[in-house]
Amino acid sequence: MPVQDVSAPKAQGHDWWAIGKDMIGTAIVAMLIMWPIVAWKSKITQYSLEIEPRWTLVFIILALLLATRLAMHLFVWNRAPSPVAAAARPATPAKATLSEQIGPWVFPVLVAFAVALPFIFHFERRPIDLGIYILTYIMLAWGLNIVVGLAGLLDLGYVAFYAVGAYAYALLSTVYFPYWFGDGIVPWAFYITLPVAGLLAALWGVILGFPVLRLRGDYLAIVTLAFGEIIRLVLINWFSFTNGPQGIEVPKATFFGLPFKAGPGGFADFFGIQHDRIYYYIFLYYVILLLALLTYFVTNRLRRLPIGRAWEALREDEIACRSLGINTTNTKLTAFAIGAMFGGFAGCFFATRQGFVSPESFVFIESAIILAIVVLGGLGSQIGIVFAAIAIMGSFELFRELSVFDNYLPEGTDPVHFRMLAVGLAMVLMMRFRPRGFVTRRQPTVFLKQRKAVSGDLVKEGHG
Amino acid sequence: MEYFLQQLINGVTLGSIYGLIAIGYTMVYGIIGMINFAHGDVFMVGSVTAFLVVLGIGLTGGSGLLLILLALIMVAAIAMIVAAAYNWTIERLAYKPLRGSFRLAPLISAIGMSIVLQEFVRVNQEGRPKPVQPIVTGGYEIMHRVSEAGEFIVRLTNMQILIIVSTLILMAVFTVLIQKTPLGRAQRACEQDQKMAALLGIDVDRTISVTFIMGAALAAFAGLMFFLYYGVTDFFVGFLAGIKAFTAAVLGGIGSLPGAMLGGLVIGLIETMWSAYFTVEYKDVAAFTVLIIVLIFMPQGLLGKPEVEKV
Repeated sequence: MPVQDVSAPKAQGHDWWAIGKDMIGTAIVAMLIMWPIVAWKSKITQYSLEIEPRWTLVFIILALLLATRLAMHLFVWNRAPSPVAAAARPATPAKATLSEQIGPWVFPVLVAFAVALPFIFHFERRPIDLGIYILTYIMLAWGLNIVVGLAGLLDLGYVAFYAVGAYAYALLSTVYFPYWFGDGIVPWAFYITLPVAGLLAALWGVILGFPVLRLRGDYLAIVTLAFGEIIRLVLINWFSFTNGPQGIEVPKATFFGLPFKAGPGGFADFFGIQHDRIYYYIFLYYVILLLALLTYFVTNRLRRLPIGRAWEALREDEIACRSLGINTTNTKLTAFAIGAMFGGFAGCFFATRQGFVSPESFVFIESAIILAIVVLGGLGSQIGIVFAAIAIMGSFELFRELSVFDNYLPEGTDPVHFRMLAVGLAMVLMMRFRPRGFVTRRQPTVFLKQRKAVSGDLVKEGHG
Repeated sequence: MEYFLQQLINGVTLGSIYGLIAIGYTMVYGIIGMINFAHGDVFMVGSVTAFLVVLGIGLTGGSGLLLILLALIMVAAIAMIVAAAYNWTIERLAYKPLRGSFRLAPLISAIGMSIVLQEFVRVNQEGRPKPVQPIVTGGYEIMHRVSEAGEFIVRLTNMQILIIVSTLILMAVFTVLIQKTPLGRAQRACEQDQKMAALLGIDVDRTISVTFIMGAALAAFAGLMFFLYYGVTDFFVGFLAGIKAFTAAVLGGIGSLPGAMLGGLVIGLIETMWSAYFTVEYKDVAAFTVLIIVLIFMPQGLLGKPEVEKV
């Protein structure tokens, strides 16, 4: 929308009257926002509800806000935009930049680090657990990235496919496999269910996708959100099938039939080593690493196939795609199904890692976190997602561990709650300042004679 | 029959609340074509604000009727102003800079904002639900029948009367505002063609801001009513109510104000009837299914105009 107030370049000197008015306006709005939600904290005591006033906190925040705004007025917004700087913005940077030079090395280094991680930390439990946790989210985000980042379809119910995968493993390994094939199958259940979980999730992706993919972007988002919630509510309420909110205990995975247990017939016994529970976690770590890498390479190959190109074209302009004869429905469906499939794999892994599944794990906020990782990673950048996942999930763990913050926070606030606040803020700021990701350069995958990189800011998208 | 009548009363009450929230979705969608995903959370902010003010001034059900009514008008005014300040700020910070960005950007920003609002309230007010003793009490027995199955009384509580009547009043005021005042004219003009409206001297930015403020005020009023009706509120009430109100807006035809109200009533009735005649557990599933079915088979809604995609 081109309608914006274009203020003329301001002359030197401050317009104190305008600044004063702005400061008063800011103060009024800030006070409305902070009172009563910040200033009046409600406390549930034993017998009643009470209000605990926190005016000191409010005035500190207000003073900080006004000081920042005044500083911005005086030093930043005051300057007239220099016409030279605006014109000098390069449309096509000719020389390879630093990020381009080190770019090809980032991924191999990351993989090498990931492979070596258990050895670097001398098989300690904590770093391996954290690695499994982060890798699960990297895999989920890579899966969602196919849908959101490549095909440009905003999916807010991704966690539903994760749930389908998890429940597929839980139900098959505890109920159906023993019933169909006898108990002997259980040690192998993980390996058999893994592809089944992926296929089931992909099937659900198609079932959901088929009717809704005709919808425009934001309607699609809401429908996927509704779908995710429906799946969760069904999991909670269909007691006879899913055991409701109590959840299901699921068997642990085995090393190709060898259970991780002490005594004869176990993993340690077979290889003639001392039994240690850590082997199980190392095994899980490498399983999820393999699964994540599989996601990465499959996606990367798909991007180079016609279908991948069609996804990216669809993201840029749906109408143009249709006029060029691309079957948009099929293209969207494949993106949905393949994204869902990786979600299903991750869900199957999640179930065996937890040893327990319940609908609690598949709430909307999980979808939002995965989406936040994709968004912060830069919508489409797979390497970006790795860093975003490490930053977000790592900081979650940090918030949980660090009690340092406790001393600085107002009484009764839990630092853990600030993590989601930070994630939400990061999403908004990302869209505001870096909507194309931190690496704002787009490498076209197809080019004529010469690869021209175009700054992402300059690419305008069509509507679809 | 009595049972049905009772459910009808409950459904209309609930539907009024959804309708008030839905208006905010529909107006914002009409004017800038985006789903304000954080609107449900603005409703929540209104609800929590109302709760805090009620607690702060020590309003209880024991006071006189006139006093309660006056106090509630004041609480409503405060909640509406506070929620309006929130929505205005959200629009300025999170949506306005994104006009003209790529098409998913405002929606992602709105999802971020929704998380921010929820967590902001949770951090400041703790996560536990906040119960309050009923303030508006009493009611009327409309029908009273004793049969072999037992006694059945159809009740219309004062709270329900308050919700339905005040919704009707707000709707009337609102319709006059949109149809008869220069402000409403500017709004309708911006809805049709922003560029042309700007050329004719309408301040488009200001009109959009006013739209957000009005939507927030109505949602905050709904928040107050929700909190009084159920006697409890917390940081998460905006999520479900928001989706259902959005369903109402879509069902009524997004962009259409009478449609939003009608859609709200229909959703309220569906939810109540579903709980009454089928299963309570699946009432949310029913609402979500309605959303999906409407979007797939009837995307223009009951009173909306079919949308033509332009290049």
